[in-house]
Amino acid sequence: MVAKQTPDMANHIEVRGLRYLRGRRVIFDGVDLDIPRGRITAVMGPSGSGKTTLLKLISGQLRPAAGSIRVDGQEVVRMDRQALYRLRRSMGMLFQSGALLTDLDVFDNVAYPVREHANLPEPMVRSLVLMKLEAVGLRGARELMSSELSGGMARRVALARAIALDPSIVLYDEPFTGQDPISMGILMRLIQSLNRTLNLTSLLVSHDIKEACRIAHYGYVIADGQVIGQGSPEELRHSTEPRLEQFLRGEPDGPVQFHYPAAEYAEDLLGPIDD
Amino acid sequence: MIEALVRLGAGSLGATATTGRAGMFLWRLLAQLPASVRRPGGVVRQLYNLGVLSLIIILVSGLFVGMVLGLQGYNTLVDFGAEGSLGTLVGLSLVRELGPVMSALLFAGRAGSALTAEIGLMKATEQLSALEMMAVDPFPRVLAPRWLAGFIAMPLLAVVFSAVGILGGYLVGVELLGVDAGSYWTNLRTSVDFYDDLLNGVIKSVVFGAVVCWVALFQGYDCVPTAEGVGRATTRTVVMASLGVLGFDFLLTALMYGEVG
Repeated sequence: MVAKQTPDMANHIEVRGLRYLRGRRVIFDGVDLDIPRGRITAVMGPSGSGKTTLLKLISGQLRPAAGSIRVDGQEVVRMDRQALYRLRRSMGMLFQSGALLTDLDVFDNVAYPVREHANLPEPMVRSLVLMKLEAVGLRGARELMSSELSGGMARRVALARAIALDPSIVLYDEPFTGQDPISMGILMRLIQSLNRTLNLTSLLVSHDIKEACRIAHYGYVIADGQVIGQGSPEELRHSTEPRLEQFLRGEPDGPVQFHYPAAEYAEDLLGPIDD
Repeated sequence: MIEALVRLGAGSLGATATTGRAGMFLWRLLAQLPASVRRPGGVVRQLYNLGVLSLIIILVSGLFVGMVLGLQGYNTLVDFGAEGSLGTLVGLSLVRELGPVMSALLFAGRAGSALTAEIGLMKATEQLSALEMMAVDPFPRVLAPRWLAGFIAMPLLAVVFSAVGILGGYLVGVELLGVDAGSYWTNLRTSVDFYDDLLNGVIKSVVFGAVVCWVALFQGYDCVPTAEGVGRATTRTVVMASLGVLGFDFLLTALMYGEVG
């Protein structure tokens, strides 16, 4: 099944036959994804299913063992460092930890990519940074150091930095993890409004199903190295695929077992039992 | 038996791969040096972090090493009635060997471990990945300025170490034990040659600074990005950088003073 497309909503990112191994462990085995332009797409899956790895593969930080990853029609897998850097200028990424530069304050963190790439006079950099900080509601926090920010604020600053160069794609790595309900609500609203107002292509990976499904237009669920379900949030909710049902309903036992594989419990406790 | 061979093979492969990565890392550092020279602000900041903040330990250690040299040297020389040569002993020991080597070992412990921890934490907290994602190469912006600052700071620290050590030797030998001040300074001046001793010591320090900072930066950059991984990398830095300094010291001494074999 491939994401539904209309002529004005071509795929911004296309992944075909993706295979990636970490040591001998297969992380992805034949994964196909279509990320439509200008929409919010959520990739969901249990912890350790390779969601963050997927973002690193799409942004060229990792190389797959096989398969194709095309961003804006360009093959990422074969790009050299310079080509990757050119591509990344049109890409923002919100890291799970925020990943703010700890020796810079909020203002300089947001200004960093602008100063590196835009070659603008300082008054213009200031205006641009203040506009980005205003968009995430932290214009007043410009002089704080990253160590003085709460987790939610750090993520909002990181979001302002991610959109500082007006990218066409923003990748969100677990944006809701560890957030209190207020911060989570703020982040959800921000992701939605930025996607709409800047006409961004947003790809977010998350295991917070409820929140991801509330803002995503389309979703994929990955587990065991494969896509086990995809569709609109409504379609996903009505899926009858057992692994998908277990994941979406948060059931402790099912195809993914509660118990790690082990010998018989009685045998483990009492030793070998003779018949 | 087979298992031991497999482990040996895997270990050798791992070590070869790490050496290859360290070599590539050094190559990228060298390639990005001109870029970091063009932005002197970053180098100056790192000169402060690596050099100025290491000054206290260098000053105190240098003073004590010089004082011990003065004491031990006097006790040996006085048996031969040659205590007037104390300046020669203290000066040559410090300028040729102890200054560069001791300050490099202290530098590995103080600045090398700090460098590894800093870069390792930047990796663990995804700051290096964030730079890559902002299309900013961390080599010219983060790593090369630290490397350059390391091998500028190292010879300066070694010179300070030797100077303070000579002062320490003077305090014990002349002020405490009564060696003639004139013979202390005269012997020191006549026996320590600018090119053969002082310059060679400085060349050693530059090499030691480059080795210590290369090891420290590589260990931080290559570490497992967890708290435990950063801790292990920091320990490895101190051990490997110290061994590297001692190994290169023998090599350079053999080359400079040529009395081996």
